[in-house]
Amino acid sequence: MTAPLLEVDGLSVRFPSRNRVVEAVRNISFSVGREKVGIVGESGSGKTMTGRSVLGLIRPPGIVTARKMMFDGIDLLALSEKQMRDIRGNRISMVMQDPKFSLNPVMTVGKQIDEAYRVHSGASARDAKLRTLEMLEAVRIRDPERVYNAYPHEVSGGMGQRIMIAMMLVPEPDLLIADEPTSALDVTVQMQVLAIVDDLVSQRGMGLMFISHDLNLVASFCDRVVIMYGGQIVETCKAADLHNAQHPYTRGLLASLPRVDRPVDQLSTLVREESWKLEPGVDARIL
Amino acid sequence: MPESSETALLIEHLDVRFGKGDGAVHAVRDVSVTVKRGETFGLVGESGSGKSTVLRAISGLAKDWTGRIAVDGTDLGKARDKAFYEKVQMVFQDPYGSLHPRHTVDRTLGEPGRIHGITDVGARIESILRDVGLGPEFRFRFPHQLSGGQRQRVAIARALMLEPKILLLDEPTSALDVSVQAEILNLLQRLKREFGLTYILVSHDLAVIAHMCDRLAVMNSGRVVEELTADQLRRAEPTDRYTKQLLTASLGYNRATADSLLTFD
Ligand SMILES: Nc1ncnc2c1ncn2[C@@H]1O[C@H](COP(=O)(O)OP(=O)(O)OP(=O)(O)O)[C@@H](O)[C@H]1O
Ligand SMILES: Nc1ncnc2c1ncn2[C@@H]1O[C@H](COP(=O)(O)OP(=O)(O)OP(=O)(O)O)[C@@H](O)[C@H]1O
Ligand SMILES: [Mg+2]
Ligand SMILES: [Mg+2]
Repeated sequence: MTAPLLEVDGLSVRFPSRNRVVEAVRNISFSVGREKVGIVGESGSGKTMTGRSVLGLIRPPGIVTARKMMFDGIDLLALSEKQMRDIRGNRISMVMQDPKFSLNPVMTVGKQIDEAYRVHSGASARDAKLRTLEMLEAVRIRDPERVYNAYPHEVSGGMGQRIMIAMMLVPEPDLLIADEPTSALDVTVQMQVLAIVDDLVSQRGMGLMFISHDLNLVASFCDRVVIMYGGQIVETCKAADLHNAQHPYTRGLLASLPRVDRPVDQLSTLVREESWKLEPGVDARIL
Repeated sequence: MPESSETALLIEHLDVRFGKGDGAVHAVRDVSVTVKRGETFGLVGESGSGKSTVLRAISGLAKDWTGRIAVDGTDLGKARDKAFYEKVQMVFQDPYGSLHPRHTVDRTLGEPGRIHGITDVGARIESILRDVGLGPEFRFRFPHQLSGGQRQRVAIARALMLEPKILLLDEPTSALDVSVQAEILNLLQRLKREFGLTYILVSHDLAVIAHMCDRLAVMNSGRVVEELTADQLRRAEPTDRYTKQLLTASLGYNRATADSLLTFD
C-alpha cells in the first residue's frame, strides 16, 4: 500500500507555565489518507492543538514534539518556518474554529478571499473576483455580490464559517483540516457545504481532518473516526460504527445526546474515570 | 398567542434593517412572536435568516428596527437602561468575539457584577464558575488559554452573573462537546425551574430544540415561515416546505439528499 497523505507518530503538545505543564496532546499517532477522518472528543481534549501542530501553528510557550510527521513525502518536522509557510494555505489549509477571529476585521470579505486566491494562483484581480464570487455561491451564500463587499462583522455566524471554508478551498489544498467548520450552519446549508468537501475528497483525492462535536454528523459524513480524551486517542473506528463504539468515554458521549424521538427530563452526562488518562492510548494509523 | 399578564416577551411586526439606500439589508421582516413567562421558545432556520438579528434588536444592539418589542408588558424604545440588563441578558453566538482578549475570566465575570452593585463579587464568581463546570483554576486565565468550549462556558457564566429573568441564548452550545452541552442544558433547565427564567434559544440542532423548548418558530429569509410546538416537531409534522426540508436534513449527511435541497425565498 502507498503511504498515507499524512502520518503522525508520537505527537505531543505541552504548555509550560510557572507552576505546571498543561499536556494538551499526549503521544498520539494517526494517519489521514485520501479520506474523511473525523476527530471527536470533549472540549479541551486536544483536537484543535492536534490540527494546529500539523500546520506548525502552536505559538510559544507551546512545545511540539513528535517522532514523525510526514506529509506526502515531506518531513514536516524538518521544515524551516518559510518552507512551512509555503505548505500552509497552499497544500494544507485549516478552517479555524473561530471564523470571525481569523478574518481581518478591516478588510472586506471579498478582498480577503481574492488575496488567498491570488497568492496561490497569481491570477489577475478581475479573475480573482470572479473566482471568489463563484466560491461564495458554491458555499450557498445567497447574495454573493453583497457579501463580497461586506466586512466580517456584517455577516452572520454561519456566513462567516462559509466564508472561511471558501477561502480555504480556493487554493485547492491536498489536505484540509477543518475545525468545527459547520457548527454555526443550519442542517440544510451544512449538508450542501459538506457535499462540496465530500466531492473534493472523492473526486480530487483530498484528505480531510474533520474536527467536530457533532457525533451524528461525523458518523454519517466521515469514513473513520478518532476519539480523543485528555490529549490521547482512546478509540478509533469506522464512522458508520461510531454508534457501537466500545470505550465507556465514547459511550458516555453518545448517551448525552438529546434525541428528537426520545424525550427525557434530564440528559445523561459523562462520569469521567481517572483510569482513562492512564490508559496507553490507541494508534490510529492505517499504513 | 395573545398578549396577557403571563407574557414575558412580545414581538409584533418587527422589521430590522442594516444600512440605508441601495446597500440596505432588510434582515428581519414582519416577525411576530409571543413568549410566555417560564417558557423556552426556540428559533431555528437557515443561516443568515435573521435569528441573531431578532435577539440583537431585543437587546438593543441592532438599533434600526420598527414594530413593537415589549418585556413584561413594558414597551421598549431604542435605548436600553441598566434595569433592562438586570432583567434580560444575552449569550452571544460567537464566544471569541464577545470575550475581551486581554481580560481574565475573573475580570470578565466581575465587571457586570461591580457595575450593577453586587456585593461579594468574588464569591459569586466562584459559585457561577462551578455552576458552568469550570474549576477555580480557570478564574485567572485569559481567553487564549481556554479551549473553545471553555470560552463559551465563561460567556454563559457572565450572562448568569446578574441573575436575569430572561435569557437570550444564541447557539449557546454549538461550540461545546455533547457532554458539556448536556451539562449546560441541564444547568439551564435547573436555573429555569429554580428562578422561573424565560429563554429564547437559537439553535441549529433540532434535537436540542425539541429537548429544551415548548414552542419554536422557523425562520427563512428574514421571515417566520412556521410556528410549531415541540410535540409537533417530535412527530415531524411540519406544514411548511422549508421546515420539511430542515427535518430531512437533520437525519444526517447524505450526498444525494444534498443535491435535492432547494432554496426558498
Ligand atoms: N496557550 C495555552 N496555554 C495553556 N493551555 C492551553 C493553551 N492553549 C490550549 N490550552 C489547553 O490545551 C487543552 C487542549 O485544547 P484544545 O484547544 O486543543 O481543545 P479542543 O479539543 O479543541 O477543545 P474544544 O472542543 O473546546 O475546542 C485545553 O485544556 C486547553 O485549555
Ligand atoms: N451589522 C450588519 N451590517 C449589515 N448586515 C448585517 C449586519 N448584521 C447582520 N447582517 C445581515 O443580516 C442578515 C441576518 O443575519 P443574522 O446574523 O441575523 O442571521 P442568523 O439567522 O443569525 O444566521 P446564522 O445562523 O448564520 O448565525 C444576514 O444577511 C447578515 O449578512
Ligand atoms: Mg477546539
Ligand atoms: Mg446567528
